[in-house]
Amino acid sequence: MSIAKTTTTAGSGPKPHHHAHHFESAEHEFSAAKLGLWVFLSTEILMFGGLFVGFFIFHGIYPEMFKEGSTFLDWRLGAVNTVVLLLSSFTIATSVYYAQKNNQKAVVLNLAATIALGAVFMMIKYIEYASKIEAGLLPGQLFSYEAAEAANLGLYFSFYFCMTGLHGLHVLIGMGVMAWVLKRAINGEFGPGYYTPIEGIALFWHLVDLIWIYLFPLLYLVE
Amino acid sequence: MHGAHSHNYLNHEKGLWSWLTTLDHKRIGVLYMISVFIFFFIGGVFAMLIRWELFSSGQNIVSPAGYNQLMTFHGAIMVFMVIIPGIPAFLGNFFLPLQIGAKDVAFPRLNLLSWYCLMVGAAIAFMSLFFSGADTGWTFYTPYSIQTDTGTIWLVTGAFVMGFSSILTGLNFVVTTHKLRAPGMTFWKMPLFVWSLYSTAILQILATPVLGITLLLLVAERVLGIGIFDPALGGDPVLFQHFFWFYSHPAVYIMILPAMGIISELITTYSRKTIFGYKAIALSTVGIAAVSFFVWGHHMFVSGQSEIAGIIFSFITMLVGVPTAIKTFNWVATLYGGSVRFDAPLLYALGFIFLFTIGGVTGIILATIATNVHFHDTYFVVAHFHYVMVGGTLMAIMGGVYHWFPKMFGRIVDDGMARITFVLIFVGFNVTFFPQFVLGAMGLPRRYADYPVAYEALNKISSIGSWTIGLGFLLALYVIIHALKRGEKAGDNPWGARTLEWQTSSPPPHENFDKPPVVTAGPYEYR
Ligand code: HEM
Ligand SMILES: [Cu+2]
Repeated sequence: MSIAKTTTTAGSGPKPHHHAHHFESAEHEFSAAKLGLWVFLSTEILMFGGLFVGFFIFHGIYPEMFKEGSTFLDWRLGAVNTVVLLLSSFTIATSVYYAQKNNQKAVVLNLAATIALGAVFMMIKYIEYASKIEAGLLPGQLFSYEAAEAANLGLYFSFYFCMTGLHGLHVLIGMGVMAWVLKRAINGEFGPGYYTPIEGIALFWHLVDLIWIYLFPLLYLVE
Repeated sequence: MHGAHSHNYLNHEKGLWSWLTTLDHKRIGVLYMISVFIFFFIGGVFAMLIRWELFSSGQNIVSPAGYNQLMTFHGAIMVFMVIIPGIPAFLGNFFLPLQIGAKDVAFPRLNLLSWYCLMVGAAIAFMSLFFSGADTGWTFYTPYSIQTDTGTIWLVTGAFVMGFSSILTGLNFVVTTHKLRAPGMTFWKMPLFVWSLYSTAILQILATPVLGITLLLLVAERVLGIGIFDPALGGDPVLFQHFFWFYSHPAVYIMILPAMGIISELITTYSRKTIFGYKAIALSTVGIAAVSFFVWGHHMFVSGQSEIAGIIFSFITMLVGVPTAIKTFNWVATLYGGSVRFDAPLLYALGFIFLFTIGGVTGIILATIATNVHFHDTYFVVAHFHYVMVGGTLMAIMGGVYHWFPKMFGRIVDDGMARITFVLIFVGFNVTFFPQFVLGAMGLPRRYADYPVAYEALNKISSIGSWTIGLGFLLALYVIIHALKRGEKAGDNPWGARTLEWQTSSPPPHENFDKPPVVTAGPYEYR
C-alpha cells in the first residue's frame, strides 16, 4: 500500500517499513489495513451467506433428499479435514505471534506449515471429489448415479459442490497469498514494527476455517 | 509546497500512461468520469432507439428480438455502468477525501483496481454482443435466463466483475471515513455528502456480495445445469428473484443516497444558509440504508410469495417514505428564508426535489399490494423508477458536476448555457415519462416491442420528449467541453461554500492541501 516512500517508521523490524504518504504513521496505516480486512471478510460472509440460505431452504423442502445425499459423503475424511484446518489456523496464529516477537525463523516455519496443511486439505478434497465424480454423484443435470432413492438427488450435490468448491477455491487463493507472504518473510521483511500482511492472511485463513466448521456438519452429518 | 495554481493534480504527471497507472483519487475520479460519460452516451443511444421503435404502433426499426436486446442493454448499461458508479466512484472518489481533509483514500491501489474491474466487467458485458447478445432484461430472471440461447452469460459475468468495482469503492470509503478524517473533523462535523457516501458504502459492501453469488450460481446453472433455479431438477426459479432483489433493492439506494448527499450540499450552498436539521438528514440517510435490506419482497407481490410476507414487505416499504420525507422537508426548510441564488446547480437540485417526490410517492402506490397487482410490470413501474433514477440520481449528478466543475478543472462553466440544459432535460423528462404513468394505468405492459393503436398518442408524446432530453444532454456535453477549453479561470471558492474542498486551490494540488487542514467549525456555518 505504500506509494510515496517519504517517511520512515520507528518500528524495530529488521528492515524499516515505509508507510504510505497519506497516513500519519505505521500504526495508523496498520489500523486502517486491519479495518479494511474486516470489511473485506464481511463481504465474504455475505457471499457464502447466500449459499447457506439456499441450502437451508432446500434442506427444509427436501429433508429426505439431503439425508440420503449425506450418506454418500465419508464423514471420516471430513473430520480429518476439519482437524487439518484447525491445526493450520493454529500455525498461522503462531506465525503472527512470532512476528510480534521478532522471531524470523519461527515465522517462516509456521507459514510454511500452514501452506502444507492447506495442501493436505486440498489433497483429501481431491480424493473425495474423485470418488463422487466416478460414482456419477454430480450436480443437477450431470447426476448419473443409478440407485438414488430421493428424486432430484443431484440438487444435494449441487450444493455440495458449490459450497465446498467455493470454499476450496478460497483455500487455494489463501495458499497462494501465503506463498507470497512466505517469500517476503524469508526476505526478513516482517517484525514487530510491520507484520500487516501476516495478520491479514491470518484473518482471512481463520474465516476460511470457520466456514468449513459450518460446512462440515451441514453437509456430512445431516440428520 | 506547491504554487497555488501552477502546480496541480492535472499537471503533476504527464502522459496517458501516468493516468492509467495513477493512484491519485482525483485522477481516478476523472477516469471514472470519462468512462461513465461514455457509457451514458451508449446507453442513451439505445434509449433513443427504443423510443424510436415505440414512436408508433407496429414494427418500425427493429425486430421484436432486436427490441429485447436494446431494452436489455439499455437497462444493464444504465444500472451497472452509469448510475451505480456514477456518484460514488466519480464524484465521491474526487471529493470524499477532500471534504474530510485527507490526502487520499485509504487504499489507492484498490481504488485503481476498482476502475479496472469496471472496465474489464464492461468489456465482458459488451462481448455478449458478439454472441447473439442478451435479451433477459437487466434483471436476468430465471427460468428464461437459463433457457434463452443468447450470450446472456457474458452480460451476467460482466455484471459479476463490475460488482467487485463497487465493493472495492465501498470498502475504501468506509475505511477512509473512519481513519483519515482531518484533526477536528468529528462524525458530526462531516459534510452530508460524506454521510451519504458512507451509508452507501455500507450498502455496497453488504449487498453486492449477494449479487455476486447469485450471478455465479446463474452462470453455473447455464454451464453445468446445477438445478438450484430449475424446477425440473428440484430447484426454484423464485429463489433467484429473492436473491436478486435482496441485492437490487439496496442497490437502488446505492443509486439514490449519494444523490441525496449532493442535494444537501447544493441546497445549503446556493441558499447561503445553514442546512436545516443536519443531524436528522444524516441519521435518516443511515436509516434508509438499514431499512432498505428488508423490503425486497415488494418486487415480488405477484411472484407467489405468501400473503403474510407480502403484507410485511408492503408495510416496511412504506416506512422508507418516512426518512425520505424527513430529508425533503429539511431541504425545503433550508431554502425557506435563504438568500437563494438560482445558479444551474440549484436548478438541478430543485428539479431533483420535484421529480424525486413524484418518484417516491408513486413508489408508495406500488408498495400498496392492491394497487401493485394492477400496476406491476406495466409502464407505471417504468415511469416510477425513471422518476427516481433519472429525475433523482441523474439530476443530482448534473447538479454536482456543474457545482464542482470549477474545483475539478479550475474553470467556470457558462451558467446561462447550463441553465438551458436544465430546462431541456427537465421539460423533456416530464414529457417523456409522465405519460408513462397514464399508459401503465391503462394497462400497457412494459418490455414489449409493440402495442395496440389505442396507446399510440401517449407513446408519441413520450418519444418526442425523449428527443428533448437527448438534446439537453448533448448540449450539456458541449457546455462541459467548452468550459474545459475556453472556460474562464475559476477562483478557489467561486460559490462561497464552507466545506473543506473549497479551501484548497482549484484544481487542487497532488496531495489535496498545501497545509493539512484543522477543522474547528461545522460544514455549513453560513448564518
Ligand atoms: C419511497 C421510496 C420508494 C418506494 C416506496 C419504492 C417502491 C417500489 C416498488 C413497490 C416497486 C415494485 C413495482 C413492481 O415491479 O410491481 C419498485 C420498483 C422499482 N424501483 Fe422503487 N421505490 C422507491 C424508491 C426507489 C428509488 C430511490 C429507486 C432508484 C434510484 C427505485 C428504483 C426502482 C426500480 C429500478 C424498480 C423496478 C425494478 C424492475 O422491475 O426492473 N425505487 N419500487
Ligand atoms: Cu425495491
